[in-house]
Amino acid sequence: MTTTTGSTTGSTTGSASGPDTDVYAGARDTTEGRVYTVTGGDWDAVLGAAVDDEDQHLVVNMGPQHPSTHGVLRLVVELEGETVTSLRTVIGYLHTGIEKNLEYRNWVQGTTFVTRMDYLSPIFNETAYCLAVEKLLGVEPPERATTIRVLCMELNRISSHLVALATGGMELGALTAMTNGFREREMVLDVLEMITGLRMNHAYVRPGGVAQDLPPGAVEKVRELLQVMPGRLDGIDAMLTGQPIWKARMERVAHLDVQGCLALGVTGPVLRSTGLAWDLRKTEPYCGYETYDFEVATADTADAYGRFLIRIEEMRQSLRIIEQALDRLQPGPVMVEDTKIAWPAQLALGSDGMGQSLDHVKKIMGTSMEALIHHFKLVTEGFRVPAGQVYVAVESPRGELGVHAVSDGGTRPFRVHVRDPSFVNLQAASAMCEGGLLSDAIAAVASIDPVMGGVDR
Amino acid sequence: MSDDTSTPRDETTAAGPAEGAAVTGGDAAGSGPASELPDAQRPDGSPASTGASRPDGEVATDRLGATSAAPAIAAKASAVTAPDAPARGTSDMFGAAFGSDTSGFGGLVRAPRLEAGSPRPYGAWFDEAVDALQESYAGFAEAVERVVVDRGELTLHVRPDRVAEVARELRDSPDHRYELLSSLSGVDYPDTERRFHVVYHLTSMTYRRRLRLETAVTEADPRVATVTGVYPTADYHERETWDFFGVLFEGHPALTRIFMPDDWQGHPQRKDYPLGGIPVEFQGAVIPPPDERRAYA
Repeated sequence: MTTTTGSTTGSTTGSASGPDTDVYAGARDTTEGRVYTVTGGDWDAVLGAAVDDEDQHLVVNMGPQHPSTHGVLRLVVELEGETVTSLRTVIGYLHTGIEKNLEYRNWVQGTTFVTRMDYLSPIFNETAYCLAVEKLLGVEPPERATTIRVLCMELNRISSHLVALATGGMELGALTAMTNGFREREMVLDVLEMITGLRMNHAYVRPGGVAQDLPPGAVEKVRELLQVMPGRLDGIDAMLTGQPIWKARMERVAHLDVQGCLALGVTGPVLRSTGLAWDLRKTEPYCGYETYDFEVATADTADAYGRFLIRIEEMRQSLRIIEQALDRLQPGPVMVEDTKIAWPAQLALGSDGMGQSLDHVKKIMGTSMEALIHHFKLVTEGFRVPAGQVYVAVESPRGELGVHAVSDGGTRPFRVHVRDPSFVNLQAASAMCEGGLLSDAIAAVASIDPVMGGVDR
Repeated sequence: MSDDTSTPRDETTAAGPAEGAAVTGGDAAGSGPASELPDAQRPDGSPASTGASRPDGEVATDRLGATSAAPAIAAKASAVTAPDAPARGTSDMFGAAFGSDTSGFGGLVRAPRLEAGSPRPYGAWFDEAVDALQESYAGFAEAVERVVVDRGELTLHVRPDRVAEVARELRDSPDHRYELLSSLSGVDYPDTERRFHVVYHLTSMTYRRRLRLETAVTEADPRVATVTGVYPTADYHERETWDFFGVLFEGHPALTRIFMPDDWQGHPQRKDYPLGGIPVEFQGAVIPPPDERRAYA
């Protein structure tokens, strides 16, 4: 953390013996004033030196590598005493050019990129992207694939909210919230690993369906989770809700009302904490969400505490949806029938791990040259998508996750833009923090729950 | 209808009679998957004769010349089909016309299709919404260049200096109530005169509708009126679009780069922005950038 005292160039009125000799906060004079590099445990010394200055204006650079900024996020905070007068977010540290990369891979390969954007909600990224590709293609995935998508999305919503609680708790000093949150998340990730093969970055949802059917035993494993998870959520709820320190840090902190949310484009739990029940699963249903029975959690406090309560409640509602999804799973295909889109082989578990089914290998190697060529073309070059543009949005754990996909009729996207909720919601940090205390800025950013992989893409 | 709608590809597609008809017909109707259907169903004579190539004909012959060194199957395939046959989007789903590009990179440079205006009636709630806007907004005829309905989505193509005005009308008018700007992004259509498009996705929470505004500017004069005054959320989005495409949003409070470093040169998501290769520490080899990798055509 680097701090700059005011704009008084070369002003070194502070007592020279104080911070200069401090092992934690070395100081040096620059053209912009005295700069302290703070490494810990010496806030009094820094403030003491700053107060000695005539100008009490303090500019603090939090991050980009700071344990309480929720990722590689840099906050430039201007302080008068301990009050934040201005807060600016600086982003881009995790920019990896995913949108540009998509333009040089085929449409199916795109799923492996988008899953890495918001790494806490990979299934949502994949589903939003695949819904956009399917809308361009004009195909509908089969019923079972849609149900599996819903199942995985809601599992993912729970794991994502658990991280929000865990990291948010850690940033506010509730370390047990962190250990419990990550422990429960691991149970969800185990289930997702069983279904998709990976804990994160699944690339499981594909244009036209999902990569493979649920493995044997997956339904039972999800049902086991449904037995255990409610008790664990109750535990987290009992530990944090109503706890005086937790409430003191969160109540009436990071206030943003409904007008502010709409002006700043904020969606998700932050918008719902103002009392507006705006949830795309209800207002603009996709993947058959209109047929599931669940409630949209809201609060009327418009503060960080309300957002915490909403996340707890949404996890409970997700469990309800998962139960309904399990009940309506019917045997059937998990990929569209069109062999110009669906990869021909069904993956199967062999003695050396997951791979092509041996039946398919036998067919293409032994009897059908054309099938081999077709398979090769479909995988290396990909399918063509009719020209046009679409915008598809889903409700991710952080709000509206939109995909704007443009096709020129080729085998690769002409342009894909992802409207990531973290990116948009992060703009609200300034509005939430200015005028409050520095410690409340931590709670505010935690209550937005930005994921920098999604912000920077 | 502006010059956007006539792309070089239209001329080349006219060369192949049957296929050209399918494509230009699709253009005129501003249609979606339906017009592609006959193509997809057309029996494909030679399954190996695949290969996408660039739309502008001349490059196709370059590539064909290069196939002399390629496997015999490629030469055979190109002999079957006419050498000046149109390349992309005019045959089956793999674009099999000639050549044997299996890399998928053969068609990297390509002209996209820009929709012409859709004919009335638009269907669904679109007619009613466009009528309402026409009635309440005096500058409609001047500001809105064309209306496109595709795949159940309504797009208004707006003049770049009028975007903020139209957005304000759509936000405030009781007939529309687009309270939320969901997304704002750029698209680069490099072969057109007004190559940079800025696309706005508006959401009406009151009516639960979505609407797309689209505007296009030239490279020489990439100025668009900012909508930050109407939708403050556009702040980050417009900075992103400036950073990646170099579109200038006039009136934006602080139009600076947002993802790339402040001293970065160029705008990376432009289609003509050079891609990086990867040096390999083996006898000075380099993995070329994706658009320069070998194609098998």
